[in-house]
Amino acid sequence: MSENKNCCCREDDTVLCRCEEVTLGTVRKWIADGYDTFDEIKRLLRVGMGPCQGRGCRDILLREISAMTGKPISELSPGTIRPPVKPVKISLVGRDYSGGDHK
Amino acid sequence: MSWKKTADAAVIGGGMMGIATAYYLKRLGVRDVVLLEKNTVASGATGRCAASFRAQWGGELNITLGKACIDRWEQLEDHLGVDMNIERYQGGYLLVAYTDSQYEQFKKNVALQNSMGVESRLIDHAEARKICPGLSVGDAVGFSFYGRDGHADPMVSSFAYQEASKKIGVRIEKFTEVTGFKVGDGCVKGVKTNRGYIDTDVVVNAAGPWAGRVGAMAGLNIPVKGERHELLASEPVEWGVCPTMVMSFEPDYYMFQRPHGSILGGCGPGKYRAEAAPFDDYEMGDCWNFLEHMTGLMRKVLPRAKGVRVVRQWSGMYDITPDLQPVIGEADEMKGFWVNVSGARGFMFGPIAGEMVAEKIVKGSTSLPIDEFHWRRYAEGRFLVEPSVA
Repeated sequence: MSENKNCCCREDDTVLCRCEEVTLGTVRKWIADGYDTFDEIKRLLRVGMGPCQGRGCRDILLREISAMTGKPISELSPGTIRPPVKPVKISLVGRDYSGGDHK
Repeated sequence: MSWKKTADAAVIGGGMMGIATAYYLKRLGVRDVVLLEKNTVASGATGRCAASFRAQWGGELNITLGKACIDRWEQLEDHLGVDMNIERYQGGYLLVAYTDSQYEQFKKNVALQNSMGVESRLIDHAEARKICPGLSVGDAVGFSFYGRDGHADPMVSSFAYQEASKKIGVRIEKFTEVTGFKVGDGCVKGVKTNRGYIDTDVVVNAAGPWAGRVGAMAGLNIPVKGERHELLASEPVEWGVCPTMVMSFEPDYYMFQRPHGSILGGCGPGKYRAEAAPFDDYEMGDCWNFLEHMTGLMRKVLPRAKGVRVVRQWSGMYDITPDLQPVIGEADEMKGFWVNVSGARGFMFGPIAGEMVAEKIVKGSTSLPIDEFHWRRYAEGRFLVEPSVA
């Protein structure tokens, strides 16, 4: 796989997803096994599910899928970007149910 | 990509119910099994669910099957022969009763469960706080608990079935949407998809919340509707914030911590959606009202989590049947057309339901009882009564 001219500069042990500590090598193995969409890799390896929610890894993963499948990035689904926009404390958004009205 | 125009059996839907059905059909000797999934495996209800399993049910049938499910979940990786970690964790379900009538029901459930070999028990406030330190449910009447109930990763578990299925030769066709059926002489003859036609005498509709729509394409009335349920996940935090599955049926909520560290919380739509049930949802989506309500519940029930940050909210889908129980069997009016729908428990139930449906198709009989789940019961006026559902 390192022969691919699009990714030869990035070694297999390079960490692609820092939140979940997933390496390029692991991702490449699974893309080759048919998990060749952003969502499948996310669901399998948790790439994009950590505190950064894909801000760091989304583009790198899409580039890797594109390099290995030959599909242009513009044709790949980038997955779903979910709320909240930034991690938010439970106490900050939660309704006050101290009066017992949660029932 | 090559397209094979025939199969001995076609399974529709790549959730746990479908992928497990395909796997066991092949394992029981059906030669050519194909799984048709409109997106990718675990992209629908299963991959989005809270992914827990329990034997704490209130009806005999569900307790029998729940026990079998736990046995299967406890050994899933070995059973499938795959080297994948489904992150199973068995910290029990701590069910909370807020009213006397709920607690009376728990007493009956525990007595029945105990008589069937499920060692659940009623517990008091002191023990509940021992199991889940920091729990704040002073307004609860009582609790029941069973330590073998637990949870796992829904996505990796589905992929474990996918890998095991591929290994034994099941064909998995992703991005393949069913568009219709060929039928004749009271039999199903084939499946039409966006990628081509497949000639087959056996079809299993395991499309979960979408099973009603798939059934309608064959002219069948399968009584299933979708209901969107939402969840949220926190950043990973130190283990022990919520080491058991804390769950209540009314008010309807659950919260628990995954081995990975995230705290997950979810609830039904009754309390935060403006419109009233019954719902008829087929699209996912997120709403602010859910976030506000669920984090409110977490502040109230698990105050120690109040400083933890929510990183993500999303939604999944419950397959709602008239009695919230599974809909399983071969259509009376169409030979070869099978339905395998869980009634909003496809993750926990799939590994057993898939095997039972495969047994029924291949051998004509099953080792565990599933016949009562046939949907002809509704026409006959019989509803299965299960008190332990939200």
